[in-house]
Amino acid sequence: MSVDTATVTRVARLARIKVSADEAERMTHELNSILGFVEQLNEVDVAGVEPMTSAVNTTMRWRQDAVTDGGDAGRVTLNAPLSDDNFFMVPKVVE
Amino acid sequence: MTIAPRLPDPKKLIKGATGDWEVVIGLEVHAQVTSQSKLFSGASAAYGGAPNSHVSLVDAAMPGMLPVINEECIAQAVRTGLGLRAAINPYSVFDRKNYFYPDLPQGYQISQYKQPIVGEGIVTVDLADGSAIEVGIERLHLEQDAGKSIHDQHPTMSFVDLNRSGVALMEIVSKPDLRSSEEAKAYLAKLRTILRYLGTCDGNMEEGSLRADINVSVRRPGDPLGTRCEIKNVNSMRFAGQAIEYEARRQIAILEDGGVIDQETRLYDPGKGETRSMRSKEEAHDYRYFPDPDLLPLVLDPAWIEGLKAHLPELPDEKKARFIRDYGVTPYDAMVLTLERASADYFEQVAKGRDGKAAANFMINELFGRLNKDGKAIEDSPVSADQLGAIVDLIRDGTISGKIAKDLFEIVYTEGGDPRDLVESRGLKQVTDTGAIEAAVDAVIAANPDKVAQALAKPTLAGWFVGQVMKATGGKANPQAVNDLVKAKLGIE
Repeated sequence: MSVDTATVTRVARLARIKVSADEAERMTHELNSILGFVEQLNEVDVAGVEPMTSAVNTTMRWRQDAVTDGGDAGRVTLNAPLSDDNFFMVPKVVE
Repeated sequence: MTIAPRLPDPKKLIKGATGDWEVVIGLEVHAQVTSQSKLFSGASAAYGGAPNSHVSLVDAAMPGMLPVINEECIAQAVRTGLGLRAAINPYSVFDRKNYFYPDLPQGYQISQYKQPIVGEGIVTVDLADGSAIEVGIERLHLEQDAGKSIHDQHPTMSFVDLNRSGVALMEIVSKPDLRSSEEAKAYLAKLRTILRYLGTCDGNMEEGSLRADINVSVRRPGDPLGTRCEIKNVNSMRFAGQAIEYEARRQIAILEDGGVIDQETRLYDPGKGETRSMRSKEEAHDYRYFPDPDLLPLVLDPAWIEGLKAHLPELPDEKKARFIRDYGVTPYDAMVLTLERASADYFEQVAKGRDGKAAANFMINELFGRLNKDGKAIEDSPVSADQLGAIVDLIRDGTISGKIAKDLFEIVYTEGGDPRDLVESRGLKQVTDTGAIEAAVDAVIAANPDKVAQALAKPTLAGWFVGQVMKATGGKANPQAVNDLVKAKLGIE
């Protein structure tokens, strides 16, 4: 598998990361060499092997349904570049 | 879990300029899980609240925060799956659905993609004409709700409130088994009833607890499926019906003009009564799903699932069947009575030890009508089941007529009180004393010799005399007794 520069530009756009044409060109080569390395893994025969979901054999922890958090809007918005009346403020986004 | 394919129903086809079209509809319903706290955090899941007050640092996606799953949300999803007669998957996986929007601080929604918690199921949907259809459920999965953006507070900025962020939703996906807007609305209503019976979602559409994405396509009867459009975020049954009707006709017009349908996301505008394209959503459709590395697979113990199954309440279909069997009510009445669990409970209290049909009739015709008029729910009924039962008893034993019962009901509804006492204190008792009725009949006959002549020529006019006597006695005379006496006195059969 390999990617072209258009794909790199599109993925960057989807993740809202600004990438110049030069950078996209360079990243295409970098990503392709990484993908080439990953490709080697495909040579391993994994027939009949369950996909590994965790490094240790454990199950997911469940929590009880109780309100134990929240109630501190000031703390939530503390790092917001702009906020008013405990709302986050962002450049206008509207359909 | 397979449903026999349905043949195109000529009554449900839409007439185009070049022939008939069949509309095919599938629904993705987002139902908010009833729980105290959120799916992956301990912040409150309650509706409303001051801005960002129901938010933990997990919901705000602060660096280093990790999700921990809420066991009640899992249980609610499983209960819902069981209520939809669906397969419960003992092994399911949470994935990240990646997209960029200000009300989604994580930059992804935790959802379930390839391995949902619930698989295929079936919902039986009752239609207005008394028929029923089976609608296939494709899957049900758990996912997070997003926050809310408010656009009208500032000229250049949007305000974001994350109180909804991370609240648990169940996305319930139907198969494309619906063939008209009526069927889609009936399916939505039935789903809502089931969820409310189970107590897994409050079904409140105004507060957004239940909203639907509607997939609509059209085809010539018998043809393969056409290209579909998805109408996003419809939050009322009425709008769902209107959106489908508009969208189907829009697609038919394009096809009949020789055009093709673009598969796209659309939005219904209730003000204009039309759907329009949401072009900005198109690019975002590349969600790049992958398993969430913060969460292990969700593994359910079969014994735990059985435990939930053992405690499920009686579901609407079972209750309906029991009402028909045990109380002798009609299938239609049984359907109406079981739409809400509270109505069904009320009915059983009234019907216990009484004639079920009479109880059902009085409830549906008088109580439901009156509550509807006031916009009241059965839980807020001023007339209790015991009071209503007493009125039904008074009709049954002949103490009051059906007409007086309506007046009595209105008194109990507006003023309260024991119906038996009210009948005494307000003098509502039916006059069964033939002497008194006879006197009233004689008086009416004596006063109207011309009508007597007409009635002798045309016996159906006897009804006029019955009406006059009822009026003269304030509606308290036994109508059957009046009828008999009028006929006897006039000498007609």
